[in-house]
Amino acid sequence: MLRHTKKRRSMLYIPGNNAAMIQQGGVFGADCVLLDLEDSISLAEKDAARILLKHAIPAVDFYGAEVVVRINHQDTPFGYEDLQEIVPIQPDGLRLPKIESAAEVLHVIRLIEKIEDEHHLPHDRLTVEAMIETAVGVENALEIAHSSPRVTAVAIGGQDLAADMGITLEHGIGSLEYASQRIVMAAKAAHIDVMDTVFVDIDDEDGLRASARRARHLGFTGKAAINPRQIDIINEVFSPNESEIADAIDIVSAYKRHNAAGVGVFALQGKMVDAPVVARAMRILNLADIDADTL
Amino acid sequence: MKTSIGTEVPEFIEKKKGRGKLKPFEGAWTRLRKGWMDEPTVSLPTKAKMPHASKMEKDLRTAIEKANPRDGMTVSFHHHLRNGDALVNRTMDILAELGIQNITLAASSLSAVHAHLIPYLENGTITEIWTSGMRGELGKAVSAGKLAYRAVIHSHGGRARAIHTGELSIDLAVLAASAADEEGNATGCCGPSAFGSMGYAIMDARYAKQVIVVTDHIVPYPCIPISIEQTDVDYVVKVDQLGDVGEIASGTTRITKAPLDLRIARLAAQVIEHSEFMTNGFSFQVGAGGASLATAKYVHEIMKKHGIKGSFLLGGVTSYVVELMQHGLFQSVFDVQSFDAAVSSSLFSDRNHIEISSDMYANPFNCGSMVNKLDIVVLGALEVDVNFNVNVITSSEGTIMGASGGHCDTAAGTKLAVVVCPSFRSRIPTIKRKVQHVVTPGESVDVVVTERGICVNPIHPHLEDRLRTAGLPIRRIQDLHDEVDAIVGVPDAVSYNDRIVAVIEYRDGTTIDVIHEIKH
Repeated sequence: MLRHTKKRRSMLYIPGNNAAMIQQGGVFGADCVLLDLEDSISLAEKDAARILLKHAIPAVDFYGAEVVVRINHQDTPFGYEDLQEIVPIQPDGLRLPKIESAAEVLHVIRLIEKIEDEHHLPHDRLTVEAMIETAVGVENALEIAHSSPRVTAVAIGGQDLAADMGITLEHGIGSLEYASQRIVMAAKAAHIDVMDTVFVDIDDEDGLRASARRARHLGFTGKAAINPRQIDIINEVFSPNESEIADAIDIVSAYKRHNAAGVGVFALQGKMVDAPVVARAMRILNLADIDADTL
Repeated sequence: MKTSIGTEVPEFIEKKKGRGKLKPFEGAWTRLRKGWMDEPTVSLPTKAKMPHASKMEKDLRTAIEKANPRDGMTVSFHHHLRNGDALVNRTMDILAELGIQNITLAASSLSAVHAHLIPYLENGTITEIWTSGMRGELGKAVSAGKLAYRAVIHSHGGRARAIHTGELSIDLAVLAASAADEEGNATGCCGPSAFGSMGYAIMDARYAKQVIVVTDHIVPYPCIPISIEQTDVDYVVKVDQLGDVGEIASGTTRITKAPLDLRIARLAAQVIEHSEFMTNGFSFQVGAGGASLATAKYVHEIMKKHGIKGSFLLGGVTSYVVELMQHGLFQSVFDVQSFDAAVSSSLFSDRNHIEISSDMYANPFNCGSMVNKLDIVVLGALEVDVNFNVNVITSSEGTIMGASGGHCDTAAGTKLAVVVCPSFRSRIPTIKRKVQHVVTPGESVDVVVTERGICVNPIHPHLEDRLRTAGLPIRRIQDLHDEVDAIVGVPDAVSYNDRIVAVIEYRDGTTIDVIHEIKH
């Protein structure tokens, strides 16, 4: 195995009917691969893609990347069939598109758990990600994020949301600022991850870097990639730099010393360190693959 | 008999001039260690010209007729015109029209355009070939047994050695130049068909008994710069066109956008970064292929990040490599072969961009060629086996389709040889238990980089430790091979007849492998 990770800095979209790309999905360094049965698959290919994923997911080594399948919406003729075929093979997660309410999430989770019961599978392995791509979904982001412990991430679907809002994203996604902030805040309130939308110009590396930096600044955990060439830049932006890592090591080391002495709040280089500061430092160490126990 | 890497080669082989004894490969550096070679050095031909006598001939046929064509002769060419070359085909047409038979064709490499020559293999006009590589249908024809005697596949350095020692004795060299004067001073770096360095032609001009320079651009005497010197040239011919200009040298070589190549290139650059060799003053060579050239892009970024300045760039040169020098990251470029048109102007105008011969580049039988001063080289591969042996000459179907080039020369000379390749192509594994044919022995390959991880030759545990400590994804090559076989399966073995159609010479003249006729 190349590596193991539970980080969610980058998520590579791969059409579920492209066997060659699925086979190589894990080699590009994405933290997650999203195998798509929804928008990238034509109606005529839905069955073929579903069958391919059913066989490919257990067979292909994704080198520790989180494997998530985006299924079709339950209002389509394909949504339940997707669940019937994909839930039994238990990828790491399912991404639910165009989620607008907590009730909708809970409905899908009930269907998932029914299938899991039929196959004698536990309810605590397969995670769920809710994709928010409509104005209603944005307004209900908080209840969606809180809807179930199985929901471990929400994501903003920029292209569909822009369409729903009747706007274009030709000049960047500044017009989704409110939606982004609302979804990020909902995710933070629920202590779950939040993924930014794709950057569609695959030849514009500077634009991608700026977009990823903006997303990180807003609080997104990571960003989707539509081409493997985007992964390195996204991973780089969402990874801590050397200075952040050094600070985190200092904070956690000092915290461990003070905690052993029964002190919860202390000063380090003139700045107060309390639980939230320590929690942030621990997150940085995790992103840098540094085990806090070794400090 | 067996070579030191276990390949089976015969003791003797049928050659045009009777049975020839083959020396089996005995190690990448074994023959060089004593410091002198037992092979003779041939003397340069002695020639004379009367003052002010003209070397200009009205056409190529006239020049060839004056050059004493005869049965059994050896005719040489360079391959700087690549797939745009028309000169090899035109020369062989003329020799066939003159009824010349049993010719040894000695072109530094052959391209798809030379499929034109296949009838000459079939009718006995060409009976032996010396070359670095054969692309397209010509390679298939030789693999199918259409050549009367064997082909010799040599490296670029090996060709210089073979000429130097007389193993390859050239009767007539027909050398294309993009500009020349009436005395035969010639260059490839200016004129309408400019193709850059003439590095592979210099040895031919020096040692051939007769030399014809062919150009589509006659310049007033003296031609500047001078790559081929008038002292070596017997005849000069002006033609309307050297070949297909669009195919000779086109534009600039772009960095690939293929994600898989970029992934491999990034890993290769990380290998280089964390090896002990990327320090101020290091020297570097990369090929023009997708992952190889892309490695240069990432090495560029790493050099800028760490403020490292290199010494010289070597080899086949692309415009991207020239840019590395122009950006101040390297001091100089030593150019034996230019891969794109943009290189010619730099070679013409930049004193730090220097044309070198294949002798200077890679000949193992001199007092040290430039590959000996290389720190890092990045090379491609068609196949690599679990012993790190590399095949760059035959396809998965066993036919000749690639080129030896400077692969084994640079791998042997450099401190760090990094081979980049995908672990499989379509459904064909690249990492194999045993390569079909060995061009570069595993002992000279240090690291193999694929999209699925990095394999360090176990003879370098220190390097493996360094790369592992840096967090790079290190794999055992056997494990990678097993994984690839599990993904794509093991292809059926290629069936060959007993007849040998080509001998693969290692750079020192020993035989490292042989290629058998394909069974149909």
